Order: sequence, then structure tokens, then C-alpha cells
Amino acid sequence: MFLSMNWICDFVDLSGLDLVDLIHRFSLSTAEVENEIFFKGKDISGIVVAEIKSVENHPKSKKLHLLKVDTGSGELTDVVCGAPNVKVGMKTAFAKLGAQIGEIKIAPRELAGYISNGMCCGESEIGLSDDNSGIMEITDDVPLGTDIKEIYDIDDIVFEVDNKSLTNRPDLWGHYGIAREFAALAGRELKPLETDDLTVYDNLPKVDMKIQDGLCRRYSTIKVENISRNISPVNIRIRLYYCGMRAINFLADLTNYIMLEMGQPMHAFDSRKVEKIRIKRFDKPFKFKTLDGVERNIDENTLMICNDCEPVAIAGIMGGLESEIVDDTTTLSLESANFDAASIRKSSVRLSHRTDASMRYEKSLDPEMTVPAIGRFLHLLKKYDSGVQVVSSLTDEYTGKFPPVTLHFPQAFIDKYTGIKIDSETVIKTLTSLGFKVCFDGTNYTVDVPSWRITKDVTIKADIIEEITRIYGYDNFEINTTRSPLYPVKMTEVKNDEEKIKDILVKKFNLHEIHSYVWAYNDELKALDIPVEKNVRLANATNPNIETLRNSIIPTQLCRIKTNVSFAPDFGIFEIGRVVNGLDENNLCIENKMLAITLFSKTADIKTLYFRLRDILASITDQIKHSELEFSVCKPEHSYEHPINLNHIILDGKVIGKIGTAHPTVSKKIDKKGCVVFAEIDINLFASCKNNGIIYNEPSKYPSIEYDLSMDIPNDVYFGTLRSCWKNESDMLKKVNVIDTYDTETVHRVTVRFEFSSNERTLSSAEVQEVVDKIMSNLAEKGITIKTQ
Amino acid sequence: MENKVLELRKEIEKRLSKINDLSELDNARISYLGKKGSITALLKGMKELTAEQKKAFGADVNRLKSFASELIEKKNEELKQRQTELEIKSMPKFDVTSPANIASGSYHPITLVQRQCEAIFKSMGFNVEDYSEVVTDYECFESLNIPKHHPARDMQDTYYLENGQLLKSQTSAAQNAILKKYGPALINDGVPIKAIFPGRCFRNEATDACHENTFFQMEGVMVDKDISISNLIYFMKTMLSEVFQRDIKVRLRPGFFPFVEPGFELDISCLICGGAGCPSCKHSGWLELCPCGMIHPNVLREGGIDPDEYTGFAFGLGLTRLAMMKYGIKDIRDLNSGNLKSLSIFTDDE
Repeated sequence: MFLSMNWICDFVDLSGLDLVDLIHRFSLSTAEVENEIFFKGKDISGIVVAEIKSVENHPKSKKLHLLKVDTGSGELTDVVCGAPNVKVGMKTAFAKLGAQIGEIKIAPRELAGYISNGMCCGESEIGLSDDNSGIMEITDDVPLGTDIKEIYDIDDIVFEVDNKSLTNRPDLWGHYGIAREFAALAGRELKPLETDDLTVYDNLPKVDMKIQDGLCRRYSTIKVENISRNISPVNIRIRLYYCGMRAINFLADLTNYIMLEMGQPMHAFDSRKVEKIRIKRFDKPFKFKTLDGVERNIDENTLMICNDCEPVAIAGIMGGLESEIVDDTTTLSLESANFDAASIRKSSVRLSHRTDASMRYEKSLDPEMTVPAIGRFLHLLKKYDSGVQVVSSLTDEYTGKFPPVTLHFPQAFIDKYTGIKIDSETVIKTLTSLGFKVCFDGTNYTVDVPSWRITKDVTIKADIIEEITRIYGYDNFEINTTRSPLYPVKMTEVKNDEEKIKDILVKKFNLHEIHSYVWAYNDELKALDIPVEKNVRLANATNPNIETLRNSIIPTQLCRIKTNVSFAPDFGIFEIGRVVNGLDENNLCIENKMLAITLFSKTADIKTLYFRLRDILASITDQIKHSELEFSVCKPEHSYEHPINLNHIILDGKVIGKIGTAHPTVSKKIDKKGCVVFAEIDINLFASCKNNGIIYNEPSKYPSIEYDLSMDIPNDVYFGTLRSCWKNESDMLKKVNVIDTYDTETVHRVTVRFEFSSNERTLSSAEVQEVVDKIMSNLAEKGITIKTQ
Repeated sequence: MENKVLELRKEIEKRLSKINDLSELDNARISYLGKKGSITALLKGMKELTAEQKKAFGADVNRLKSFASELIEKKNEELKQRQTELEIKSMPKFDVTSPANIASGSYHPITLVQRQCEAIFKSMGFNVEDYSEVVTDYECFESLNIPKHHPARDMQDTYYLENGQLLKSQTSAAQNAILKKYGPALINDGVPIKAIFPGRCFRNEATDACHENTFFQMEGVMVDKDISISNLIYFMKTMLSEVFQRDIKVRLRPGFFPFVEPGFELDISCLICGGAGCPSCKHSGWLELCPCGMIHPNVLREGGIDPDEYTGFAFGLGLTRLAMMKYGIKDIRDLNSGNLKSLSIFTDDE
């Protein structure tokens, strides 16, 4: 929203103050001001009122005219002018020699053989409007030669406030409310608005008007006849233009002017079209043409203004084409109303039509404003069109008054909330300047909140703190640390494990951490022939590519491997992220936090890669939990899983994840020569597993005995299942290591070294042999052939 | 006989002078000094000599023996020396300046920034909390003083799920749960609530270089008996100075967020120009960095905490934004791209 400093200064005397500095303070205390401040009229000078005394056609040009203009100096000036609307006796804005218009300095200039000693200006050239149809016509009665800056408010400082920062301030959607803030910031008086007394019309007949719907809080209207003026005064047009609105006609301009001044949207109906005003909703949807000529679909939730049963305007959004003010309109019905904010907002969203009016209504405007706005409108209407006649009494139905808000709090409340000392005098002065009524008994405050702040903004005492502190200025705050007692910080197991896992994966195994999205990207997965699996879906995704949440990170990682194949011949990625696995019995998403790792290699074979990943998982478990993983074969559940070598990862007897290789169809799509392995574990399950901690074993002073066994292991037996053969067999067994493996097509031979020792004595070979014999018999039971070394 | 000694002595000298390697020398030693060596053989011819002759000849042979031993030993030393020299010379020269192999894994830049922020807050006594990405309407809105039909809901384009839940549009969605988790200790034992909760947030909007539908924030809350605006400014200034490793100027402006009152937009002095004005800060000297404020009484109440007794502050820090500022990442989409060509440089940030 653009704001004019001239306009603001109508209501508060800011003389002697640095206005730009004040605008910056406004930005820090009230609402965000955009960086660029516009100094209107700064680059305009030397333009005076002049009269065209003669007009001759240019002998060589159809467009150009040769003029003689009188600038009041007594001498006539020769001017060549190309505007179509030149006529003798017309007063216009004339740039004399030496005048400045933007970058241009006016100098004598030859135009098709004739010298022009100045320039007649159009409104767009001086920056007063976007009208470039011809030169400006000045109808005001002013002496020739008068600088136009003396009669028109061309010089102005205009700044823009970010609309978003006004969301919660319905009172700041007009200049008067903004002026109140400037008055408070500058410590100056806010002047009252000049309005007409409406009680003088009380004896006139009422307008036939009825609110038939609770969504209308208040409707105020009055009828005026005998309107003769069609074009707005220049200064009104300049203000509208500077604030980003186009002048249309006097009545429409005046309603807009009131809106920009007071924040109260108004609408002028042609009285001939609106005789019985009814405010209501319709039972059935219908089509309605708004004054911008667009036909819109109105549904049963949209509040309408009607002439009896005929809709004439969409309440709070836009008037209808039928009842619009037209050139021959002389009688108007003025609407100054207040509607339910949420309803206007929703209607405006449904219609995809946001107007200056709806934008204001949806902020919860103060319904107290409707009548003063009519008073103000009439004041200005009469000022510029003195023949107008009010033909009805003020007709006002007020059904949705907001309850008054009075807040009570002690000075101690302010002290506690701010953490600094702001004295009662400052508090009272600040609140009073913002329109609050304050009583202070030396300890406690009683504060009546003004009507323009109670609609949503200031309703509890914490809101008062903001009013006091923002005007006090946050830059003026003394900064203090807290006096709260200190307690140790406790990290959750999951968080600790997560950080350790990241370190191990990055620092020890050179993997790369990436992030990906929580949903499946249909197109990416399709490219790898991976169907999007049924899962919880997004209800309102604007991108049809991301309808379904992912139930595993692996498919996403396979996509990332594919996009990265050219990164390196051999690399791995990981992510700790979320997945959703359907809904629980309460219809809530089952969300899991997973660690996913995927390795890719063009240089290693699939077995090497698989074991590399297995070792990574074992290493994480060993370093973080001082524990060992177990595995068990599982069946594929997803199309991207290779059915062979797919295993559950088991820790503490719980299945915490899965390790496997990519299905050949997927693998080939990623890279014809590369191989891909993946693992995914549930981080919360992992974190919940027991940490065995470090168990310190003193080094034995006695020699140890090593015993090597070579075992021929059948294809269908997992080495892991053999551990039970020696685990817990003897306290003397201190270490078990695989020292060699030997593989042919028929034999899978693993040589295991058992180390026996005692801290108390030297072991005898006989007692060790006894244990070894037991282990060998255990192994034999499992069908393992042993070759003693 | 004496001639034989002399001849042998000459032969030894001659042969040894020609020897060039240790194994030859060993052969020579065996052939002269071994059990069957030629010096030993000389003694075998002594049978015919008289005792006196034997004595003299024996002495000659012994001299020859020590002569040969010494000579061989000398030669041995010489050859060893030469071999060491050869070994030294045979060592190839390495180009230590050749490109180093520094293959390394990498962290996601968010991890690095997040760890840094967490460390700062942990050092100031804040607990680090984690929260789910799918939340309920209550968590994300109702409990945060954003009832149904509140216009603030329009400000955020939320991803709703078909079961009525939603992807959290702000880390504040965890506030209610955090208040409820730590509230009892505050009320019963006077332990202030101090927690940060980093997390991923989602907004249903089109993506471009400056907009992502998935990004990281870090929310922080502190609640105790006398937490004030002055405290809030202190914590924000201290934390941001630590994050950026320099003294940061902060300023607050009023900002509207339903879950705080008063609410602020916090600006920091521009990191590029230091406040003088430059294109990065659009010549204002300030960067808008994080929304914050005093926790709204309704939010405290909803979290089971009496707002008449306790006050608190909350802030939201854009971790994604911080990472972009810190590392000069211009396109926000790079962060979720998984593109290792750009992401693999974040090996560590210590």
C-alpha cells in the first residue's frame, strides 16, 4: 500500500521533523516500509499556468500546431505542440525555457522548421496521472504564470508499506490510521477528521434497507441527489494516482479517496437501480456480472447486496455492472458497510478475485467507521460539488457490534514482560496517543481499547505490551541475560546415535550425505521401472508428480545413484530421513525415521560391494553399541529388491532393517556395468538397542594358545549360525577370528583361529584340547567338516 | 713349503681383489678358511716336517689364516658399504607435490549448520528435541493460537494428507508437545524450559531458485518465571553472533505471528557490507533473518502452563537460509538435489 506524506500531514503537524527518518521509525515500530521512498515532484520545476492565445495548423505537419501562449508575462511565447486537444482560451501546464521535467531540461527546439520555446505538458509527463491523451487542461481559476506546484500537491513523499505486515492491523488500511501512528511516534497531536453532521438529515425519509444475514455486521446508507460534477479536483486525482489508483469519475474517485483515507471501503450505486436494499445469501448458485465486465459464479455461501431479490453487488468485494454509476447518474445510494471478515476472505478466494475492498474487509475492519465515513464523504462531496442534496436520512442497521474490551494489569506486569523499566508516564502517554483510554491508580492500569483495535488486534493484556514497547523502540531496550537456574542438557539416545552414525559413515567410509523429499517423485521412479507403492497421499499437491508419501528412502536413493553415476566409478550415499508406512488404528500416519545407505560401483563386483555394506553396518553397530548384528534371509516386498541376498538386519533379537542388492531390471536402468547395494535401518529401533559398553580385559601375563580350525561350510549354512558352536563354551576362549577363506566351486572353506588364555595361569594343552573337541563336535552336529591344522 | 704359503697368500690377494659381491666372497672364505679349505689343507702336508719345521710352518700358516680372515673381513665391510650405497642410489625419487588423493565422504550442509547451531544452544543449556514431519492440525495450528478460518492459515500453503493430517509447515508445530514434555519439571521443580527443535518443514508452493517446498528450520523456546523481551534480544544477539562468528547488530520490528505476542521480525546488520548498504541487503544495511516473539498466552495455556505465572520467548531460525548464507549457495534447490558434484565438498566444517 502506497502512502502519501502530504495526506498524513493533513491529520498531524509534522513540521520541523525529518520525514524520512520518521518513515524509518514507522518501519521499526509499526509496519515494514519498502526500501524505496519516492520523492514526487522532485524532478519537476518551472512549470506554470499558461493560456493558449492562438492555434494555427503547422504547414508541413498534420499533427503539429503552432501556438502562442501567454504565461502572464505580457509577452506571448511561440510553441510548437503536437497534442490533439489544443484550443484557444484553454489553460494548460506550460514548461518554460529552463524548466525541468525528469531528465529533460527545456530549451528552444526546432520542430519541422519552427522554433518551440517551451512545452505544453500532459498530465502523464508531469507525473500527475497516466493520462497521455493530450495536454493538461487547467480549469481552476488561478492567475497565469502561477507555478503549478503552488496550486497542486505535486511535491510529496510517497512510501510503500508491505501489505503483509498490516495483516493484523485493520486500522492501518487508510491514511488516518497511519497518521495516528506518526502522531504517536512524533509525540504530536492527531487532528480530528472533518466530517459533516448527519443528524441534520434525521427528518428525511429512511432508505428501504434490511440486513437479512448475520454475515453483515453493519450497513449504513444515505441517498444524495443533484450531482453535477464528473471529474475530480486535480489534487484528489494526484493523491489517488500517487497511492496507486486510477481516477475514474468524481463519485467513484471519492469512494476510493475515503477508502484510502479512512480504510473504509464504500460503494456508490445508481439510486435508480437500487431501491430496496437487502443483504443476504442465495439458496442456489447463479452467475453475476461485476462492474469490471466479468461474469462470475456466485455460490450459496457468498453474501450479496440486492435490490429486493435482484443481486446488485458482491458484498465487500465488487459492485455489479448493472447498478454502476454511469455518466447520467445524478442520484446515488452510498454504501458504507461492514461484513464478516472470514466470509469475505473465503468468498474472495472462491471467486479468485481480491479487490482493494475485500483486502480491507478480510482484516476485520472497525464497524464504528461506517457512519463517520459517510460524514466524511458528504463533507468532501459538498466541498467540490456544492449543489448536491441529501435526500434521505442516514439509514443504519448495526447488528454485529464488537463487545468493548477493557484490560486491567499492574505496572509489574509491564516490568516483567519487558525486562526493563518503562515508567508509568511513558506508558500512559503512549497508549493515549494511540487512542486507548488509560486510568492509572499508581499500581494498576485500566485500559479501554479503542474500537478500531478490538476487532482482532488488541484483546488481551499481552497485546498492550506490544503497543508500549514498539513505540518505546526496541533499539532503546537494555539487553539482559536471564536469571534462570542452570541444569545439564540431556541428549536423546536417537540424536546421539544419529550424529555418531553420520561421523562414521562420512569419516570412516567416505560416504556422502544427501537429502531428498518425503514424497515419491512419480516420473523419476517410472524411469527406473519402480512403481509408486500405495501409501498415504497428499490431498492438495499442486504438482501431480508428488502425490504419494514414500514408505522407504531406498527408491529415492536409487534415483539419486542414477543421477550421480558420472560422479565417480565407486561411491556411496546415505540419508537419515522420514518415511510413512500407512496409517495406524487411529487413522494417523505411522512415521519412521530411517537410515538409508546405497552403494554403487563400476569397479568392484557385487559380492565385494555387498560385503562392504555389510561391514559398514557391522562397524556402526560395533562402535556405537559394542554389539554384533545378526542377519536372516527375507522375502522381497518391493519390486526393486533382488530376491537373492536380501536379509533382515537383526540387533538385540529385533529386526531393525534390511540389506540387499538392486533388482537386475533396476540396476541395469541405473548403469549397465555398475552394481548397486542398499540397506535401510530404523534409527529409533537401533537407538533403542542395548549399548554393551566397553568391557576392559586386563592383558594376561601367561602365554595364550592359538588353535586353528578349517571348516568346510555347505552352501546353505550361514557362518553366523555357527557362532553358537563356540560361544559360551569356555571362559578360556578369548578371541575368535577368521584368518582365511578359501573358495572353489564346490568348497567354501573358512579358517578360524581360536585364542585361549587365562589371567591366572598357564593353560595346559590338554584342557584347551578338551574345549576344542567340544567345539568340533558342536560343529560336526551342524554338518560341518573340519580339517585340523 | 714356505713357497706354498707365499703362493697361496698371493692367490688370496689376487682373488679377493676381483670379488664384487658378498656371495662370491663367502665362497672364497669357504674355499680358504673352511674345513676343507686350502689353508686347512696346507696343514695336512706337515707330517713330513720336523718338529722345529712344524712349529715355524704352523706359525706361517696361522699368520696366513689371520691375514686371509682380516682381508676377507675388510672386503666384506667394503662390499656391505658398497651395497648400502647401491640401495640408497636405487631408491626412486618421489614427487611429493603430485596431486594428493584425498577421497573423503561429505556431510549435507544442513547437518553442518545444524550441528553448529545445536552446539551453541547446548552450551547455553538448551535441550535438542526432534519431532515428526507429519503432524496434526492441532499441533500445527490449533495449539498455536491459529483456530480454523484464521487468516494466518492462508499465509502458509500447507500440504494436507488424505487422512486429515498435514506435513508440518513450521517447526512451531512441536511447541505444544515440548511445553507439555518439559512443563511438569518447570511447574514442580522450577526447571526452566529451554529447548531447540530443528526440523524439516513443507510448503505447498512452486519451487525456484529462492523457493523450496521442503526446507529446514530450527525453533527455540525458553519459558520461566520472568522471561522478558530484553532476554529475548540478548539470546538472539548472542546466538547469532556465535553463528556468524562476529559481533552482530540486531534490530526488532513488529511482526505478526499468531503464536507470539508481541511478535517480531528480527533483522541483523548486513553480513556483506556491515550495515553501510549494498545490493545483498537491497541497500538497507539489514537482513531480515528470523521471526521471534514472546510466546502467546493462549499457546502457553494450551501447553499446560499458566501464562500469568510464566512467560517465555520463541524464535524460528531458517537453517536452510543460514546454510545458503554461510556457504554462498545461490539456488535453494541445490540442497535437495542430491547432486554430489556440488554437495561432496562439505567434508567438514570444523
